[in-house]
Amino acid sequence: MEQFNNRNVADNGYFMVDIEDYPTDSMGRFKRIIKRTFRLELFVGLWVVMREMIKFDIHTISYPEEKMPIGPRYRAVHEMKRLWESDAERCIGCGLCEKICISDCIRMDTKIDEESRKEVTEYTINLGRCIFCGYCAEVCPELAITHGGEYENASEQREHYVDYEYMLTPIDVMKANAQKEFEGFGAITPHEDERVAKTPLSY
Amino acid sequence: MSNVSINIDGKEIVTQEGEFILNAARANDIFIPAICYLTRCSPTLACRICLVEADGKQVYACNAKAKDGMNITTTTENIEKERRAIMEVYDVNHPLQCGVCDQSGECELQNYTLEIGVDSQSYTVADVDRASHDWGHLHYDPGLCIVCERCVTACKDMIGDNSLTTIARGGDPLNLEYKESMPKDSYAMWNKLNKSVIGLTNGTDVLDCTSCGECAAVCPVGALVNTQFMYKSNSWELKSIPATCGHCSAGCQISYDVKHTSVHNPDEKIYRVMNEWNYVSLCGAGRYGFDYENRDVVKDEVAFAAAVEAFKKADTIKFTSTITNEEAYILEKLKDKFGYKLVNEEARSFQTFLSDYSSVSGTTLYGSDLKTAMNSNFIVSIGTAIKTDNPNARYALNNSLTTNKGAALYFHPVVDPIIAGLSKNIVCVNHKPLQEEIALYLVLDLFADKSKLPTDIVDYLASFHSTKTVTVTESIKEKVVTIVKEMKVNEETGEEEEIEVEKTKMVPKKVSKEVEVDDNRLLSMLGMADNFMETFTKLMKKKDSFSMIVGPDLYNHPNSKNIARLVALVEKYSAFELIMIPTLTNTLGVAMINELSETAGSYAVGYNTAADFVLSGLGDGDLDMPAINQQEGTLTSINKRVNPTNAALPYGGYTLNDIANALGLNAQNTIDYTVKLGSINGFKADNFDDLPDYYTNAGEEIRGYKLESLSKTTSGDESVSKIDEAFMLEGSIIYLANPVRQFTDFTKNTTNLDEKSGVYMSAESLEDSDFSAGDSVSVKTECGELTAAIVSDNKIAGNITVLPTFDSKLNSGALVNGYRFANASIQKV
Repeated sequence: MEQFNNRNVADNGYFMVDIEDYPTDSMGRFKRIIKRTFRLELFVGLWVVMREMIKFDIHTISYPEEKMPIGPRYRAVHEMKRLWESDAERCIGCGLCEKICISDCIRMDTKIDEESRKEVTEYTINLGRCIFCGYCAEVCPELAITHGGEYENASEQREHYVDYEYMLTPIDVMKANAQKEFEGFGAITPHEDERVAKTPLSY
Repeated sequence: MSNVSINIDGKEIVTQEGEFILNAARANDIFIPAICYLTRCSPTLACRICLVEADGKQVYACNAKAKDGMNITTTTENIEKERRAIMEVYDVNHPLQCGVCDQSGECELQNYTLEIGVDSQSYTVADVDRASHDWGHLHYDPGLCIVCERCVTACKDMIGDNSLTTIARGGDPLNLEYKESMPKDSYAMWNKLNKSVIGLTNGTDVLDCTSCGECAAVCPVGALVNTQFMYKSNSWELKSIPATCGHCSAGCQISYDVKHTSVHNPDEKIYRVMNEWNYVSLCGAGRYGFDYENRDVVKDEVAFAAAVEAFKKADTIKFTSTITNEEAYILEKLKDKFGYKLVNEEARSFQTFLSDYSSVSGTTLYGSDLKTAMNSNFIVSIGTAIKTDNPNARYALNNSLTTNKGAALYFHPVVDPIIAGLSKNIVCVNHKPLQEEIALYLVLDLFADKSKLPTDIVDYLASFHSTKTVTVTESIKEKVVTIVKEMKVNEETGEEEEIEVEKTKMVPKKVSKEVEVDDNRLLSMLGMADNFMETFTKLMKKKDSFSMIVGPDLYNHPNSKNIARLVALVEKYSAFELIMIPTLTNTLGVAMINELSETAGSYAVGYNTAADFVLSGLGDGDLDMPAINQQEGTLTSINKRVNPTNAALPYGGYTLNDIANALGLNAQNTIDYTVKLGSINGFKADNFDDLPDYYTNAGEEIRGYKLESLSKTTSGDESVSKIDEAFMLEGSIIYLANPVRQFTDFTKNTTNLDEKSGVYMSAESLEDSDFSAGDSVSVKTECGELTAAIVSDNKIAGNITVLPTFDSKLNSGALVNGYRFANASIQKV
């Protein structure tokens, strides 16, 4: 990861590719056509396919036996995370995901609970409307709603993919310390602490 | 007040002399940050963020007055530094819980932190434990509180309950280094802030007030919130529907904030009521009594057909004044077409009172409004339990007393500790019922211009005066010379010696004196204190604007005709501006629009009232009607304004307009009649959709339109009948009035207003009697009898029993013969 944070192009061995200029006059263009036609460039491509077929060194993966790892920024159906400390749900019901959702598919009901805290009583995502833009995960201040990597969904309706119980990290996964943190947009970026001014405290 | 011209940031503006710079700037769309200032209230100087430079000197815009030619700069380098430091201070130890704070999204701390651009923190102090408090309908979280004291100011200067105050916070003092390193004003502001939090004036943790919730409305952060709304919804999810409150005649501008009921129920629901608290203050009924809609109504064709039949059969329509002007107009049109008798006793008495009044005053309407009362500095209130008849009239009274250094006379038989507690400059005269005429004669005597007043009245008033000799004890200061011995060092010898020194001192001494004083028998008739005239002279100092508020006790008074004429005389021959409190929400509108009959016929259709066939917005009638929060239309307020209101919630049933259409009138919507109101004297022919509904930054009310008061030719007869001194009620007396926050069956139907129906007795009278709260008693008058449980009420005092009218099941109206007071015997059952 670290090497990608350096975005200074000059230090990383990048170089310009030497590409021949395109012809500008009609004679030049005519010459190019003749050259391409009689050098039989078409067969170059066919040969590559043939060569690789004979070598049996196949680069495609044999899905579904094999699966590619999913990138951290991949935005599949949502997940709801739990707190490491208490296994309680992270969602505080701030409603920012509800607000930012551009397809207006998130809704929640909140109330005051017995301990005078805000409690989320209902939370729904209408996946029939969701465009998987990732804004909800990006805006979530608690890293509670995130996108997961689960792309193998099948149903007659997209709405059926997940419900709240399904989104929530299962409690046995929590007990096994196996909850995966989200690393896509909205997660804490590297060196965040260096960019934040410290607040002085009297304790 | 004269106009002056001042210059703010290079912009020449014209304002009134003595106007606060902040208000002048706001009126001209110039932004000066300010947190603790409330328009209409006195400046608090808690936040100090409104610093500006006026003629080279730093002043606070909220309390510095505009002078002619003043040159004001709203930002300088130093002011920027102060403002940044102030906002940093407010953010010190403020919990980062915006996600679960009810104020998030409309929080002034969030707004100003971003506006000033606070991105780091330089100051620190250890916090103390600030646990939250449950104050019933309010929830106070001192951890979120920035102690701007806006709640305290609103409660004191506007509402008059004086329930909130600042109390000691405890904890560490500020680091002394800050005194040097911080900008001066921000340090001073922090020093004060760090020592206080908000607490209750009564010293307990139990809030006992008139529960208006205005403190929570003005709170810039989420410290004071309505328990009812806590964690129910984020503010930005709510849609605001501008409306006019339908509970009393004040006609306050409110907005119903609506959203779908829940994830599973997409039907709209009202979550809360908001107001423009800088310009209008609500009472508890307006703020919390919002869910009185007629729910789950569908078009019941059978009931509708029955209603149409009932209208065809009927010769009378009975109705209450909790209807819109348009509906009143429809009833009037139906009356013209079918010759119905329209019966609405409460509106008819007000109508009669108005017409008796105009036969002397020569105008169709009283001359003034509550805004004028608020800006005046002497108010007289006669014939109204002002706190419950019209809470806004009470706020106007209180605001005049507190911010204008005003004074007031409150004439009412029921002792009211809330009104008496508004200020030390209010004199409450608890006369006997039926003596309102004497009170008006007294006002004429004290205030009328005797050179213009008809001579027979002047002579009559003079007949009450006599001179009497009284012995007064005065304390005068007398000069007394004493010789005392002192030890003194002799300068020559250096020895101490005794010398005699003469000392004079002033010693107070009491002397009795015989003096001739004016004796006004009107005062003793009303049972007023002997020294009233002395108090009165003190109250009258520096008073130049006068308002008189009269109320519903007078409209049904047996001598209401004479009283109306007296009221007109006061308005005509004294400096008083006159305001009448219409009895119910739209009593004034109904009185203007409808021709009312005194007696009902044989078969009556009732609208929100009992009759042979009942149309009801309360959901208990033969055919459902929409409640006011489900209707479009206009309501006429005490301020003589025709205010538009909108439907906050959908309504699926039939309306009065549907019945009218079935009976041959023709209008697609009820609001098609708004423009037709123009045919009635005083109303304008404006379309409903063209009616404006807002306040300007200068606080000017641009809502609907003002009714025009037309001049009326009078006969010139200004005679009034004389006082019958024996005309009064004594003994055990009942009075028809509601507890605070209740007005009609609509307020009773709401979930948040939990006042009980019953027989209200003051806590002190219960102590002296054999009764106790909860006892079932029978109240019997010459007109009727009812049985209900006793409710102890500490918002009234004295021995008069109060029967509420908000519960039609109690049917307290049957116990009196029009006039709100009656003799009654009360027995335990």
